[in-house]
Amino acid sequence: MSVLVYTENWDGRFKKLSYELVSYASGIAGMTGGSVTALSIGNVGRDELSTLGSYGATNVLSAETVPSGLDNQLYTQVIAAAMEKTGAKVLVMANNNSGKAIAPRLSVRLKAGLASGVTALPESVDPVIVQKKVFSGKAYAKVKILSDSAILTLSQNSFEIRETGGSAAIEAFDPGVDASVAKTNIRDVQKQEGKLLLTDAELVVSGGRGMKSPDNWGPLEELAGILGAATACSRPVSDEGWRPHEEHTGQTGKIIAPNLYMAFGISGAIQHLAGVSASKCIVAVNTDKDAPIFEAADYGIVGDAHKVLPELIAEIKAARAQ
Amino acid sequence: MRILVCISNVPDTTTRVKFSSDNTSVDNSGVQWIINPWDELALTRAMELKEDSSNAISTVTVATVGPATADPTLRKALAIGADDAIRVESETGDAYQVATQLAAVCKSGDFDVVLCGIESSDYNGSAVGGMLSEILDIPSVSAVSGLKAEGEEVIISRDIDGGREEVSVPLPFVAIVQKGIAKEPRIAAMRGIMMARKKPLQVVPAVESETLTGYLEFALPQAKAPCKMVDADHVKELVGLLQNEAKVL
Ligand SMILES: Cc1cc2nc3c(=O)[nH]c(=O)nc-3n(C[C@H](O)[C@H](O)[C@H](O)COP(=O)(O)OP(=O)(O)OC[C@H]3O[C@@H](n4cnc5c(N)ncnc54)[C@H](O)[C@@H]3O)c2cc1C
Repeated sequence: MSVLVYTENWDGRFKKLSYELVSYASGIAGMTGGSVTALSIGNVGRDELSTLGSYGATNVLSAETVPSGLDNQLYTQVIAAAMEKTGAKVLVMANNNSGKAIAPRLSVRLKAGLASGVTALPESVDPVIVQKKVFSGKAYAKVKILSDSAILTLSQNSFEIRETGGSAAIEAFDPGVDASVAKTNIRDVQKQEGKLLLTDAELVVSGGRGMKSPDNWGPLEELAGILGAATACSRPVSDEGWRPHEEHTGQTGKIIAPNLYMAFGISGAIQHLAGVSASKCIVAVNTDKDAPIFEAADYGIVGDAHKVLPELIAEIKAARAQ
Repeated sequence: MRILVCISNVPDTTTRVKFSSDNTSVDNSGVQWIINPWDELALTRAMELKEDSSNAISTVTVATVGPATADPTLRKALAIGADDAIRVESETGDAYQVATQLAAVCKSGDFDVVLCGIESSDYNGSAVGGMLSEILDIPSVSAVSGLKAEGEEVIISRDIDGGREEVSVPLPFVAIVQKGIAKEPRIAAMRGIMMARKKPLQVVPAVESETLTGYLEFALPQAKAPCKMVDADHVKELVGLLQNEAKVL
């Protein structure tokens, strides 16, 4: 069964997520002996495109003339055209902002059932049966796709990238879609360059209301700095304006799955855990030994974050110096 | 300008999830039902926009797809301030089935701005808003964290990786909203609750629709190993465990 994977680019570059997607697509294709075609939209250099081959794409379609500002209708039609060209029965995309924007439109256009936020390979591909999280991580469900084709959106940091050492044939792709389909007028862009995105981070240091005041974030930022971690926070912290909204993690904020999530002064409410419970390792520091965060954590310290943070920084520095 | 807010009727976010004895369906006995948190924020923003008299917004309608048990949730939305409510009489199928029903509501109602939450807190599909816009063949903007009216135009803020964009699209359109769209969900006041009883709640029959996906089985996550506690006076031990046992540092 051939698989199409849409690999978004960020200013002409791919990132780990892109290779997770190709690896996942390649895993599905491998279940049936099919091949993987990657679709890139916008201007991406040949060298960058060819990196997709190392993770299992045998072909890369580069729709380089399509403008890079996201227009949901235009992108939907471009991806639909690539599905038609390749005859793929499965489409793999990321469960991120753009995936959430486009995948549902494609589901209607292609009459293809959508399973969003999958974290593992399907248990069967004909029909597609795949597990996904529901109730914000409180349960898992097995979803069966009832249509001929399927769209699967993959959660970030949930699928191990696998290098295959292969190479891909790169082909310019003209989707034949009229640019006037695009109706989004982008009036202004505000972007912080060079900042590690919370959703991309492998390590995350997070603070809750137990940090007591926005003035106490210094040590937390220092710890993040020496670890190369991103900073996050609980909802009340961002609601109070102690920290920027992009840092709010949880059910109603960002949902992340880093290798390490360190929670300082966070009680571990169910809505907070919904955004962080997929982390591979959770460390909690809380003065209350009964705080629910300890039920979700792998390692815990009952103690004052203001005392533990400086010691942790010192110990990590000491360990690094060895 | 007419605004439609699509409402998903979901279990309270603190609900303990239970399944039928054969694990093929969710057991909703004893569940407290609420307006899906993002839909509640969308409705809050819609009310703020309508109340600002410099905006030409005539009505805010709420709609849901579901059986009569969803009516109290719609009444709550009316109490928050919506002018009228529509319930499509139907069991809820998958996102495609729900979007098909909502598309019929949109076609009959002549709405200019349709607001949907980024996901519903039960099945986390992130799908209905996008599907609805494609069925109607109108623009959609996703990851919306701000909406304001400027004359006949609606200015939309959408989150992008590492920042935000200000965009506009021609009416009618679907905005799929998330955190930031309103600061805090509005709570119904006594007066609103009284008034809601008299506001129109129209029940309309379902149109023909199909489903593209189905749930076969549910399971709870595996219980995790208990947390390893480290003494607050031995922070060094934690660093050792993270380096050598968890191998994350
Ligand atoms: C619909 C809905 C959606 C929600 N979505 C989210 C969401 O997305 N994300 C989110 O985070 N929340 C969300 N919430 C809120 C959630 O229910 C909790 O209120 C919130 O997570 C609590 O934040 P907190 O842990 O920082 O604060 P608190 O619950 O106040 O906890 C502070 C913790 O700090 C500890 N503490 C105090 N002093 C110290 C110290 N000196 N050192 C160490 N520890 C200390 C305390 O023991 C306590 O456990 C949502 C709620 C609802 C109803």
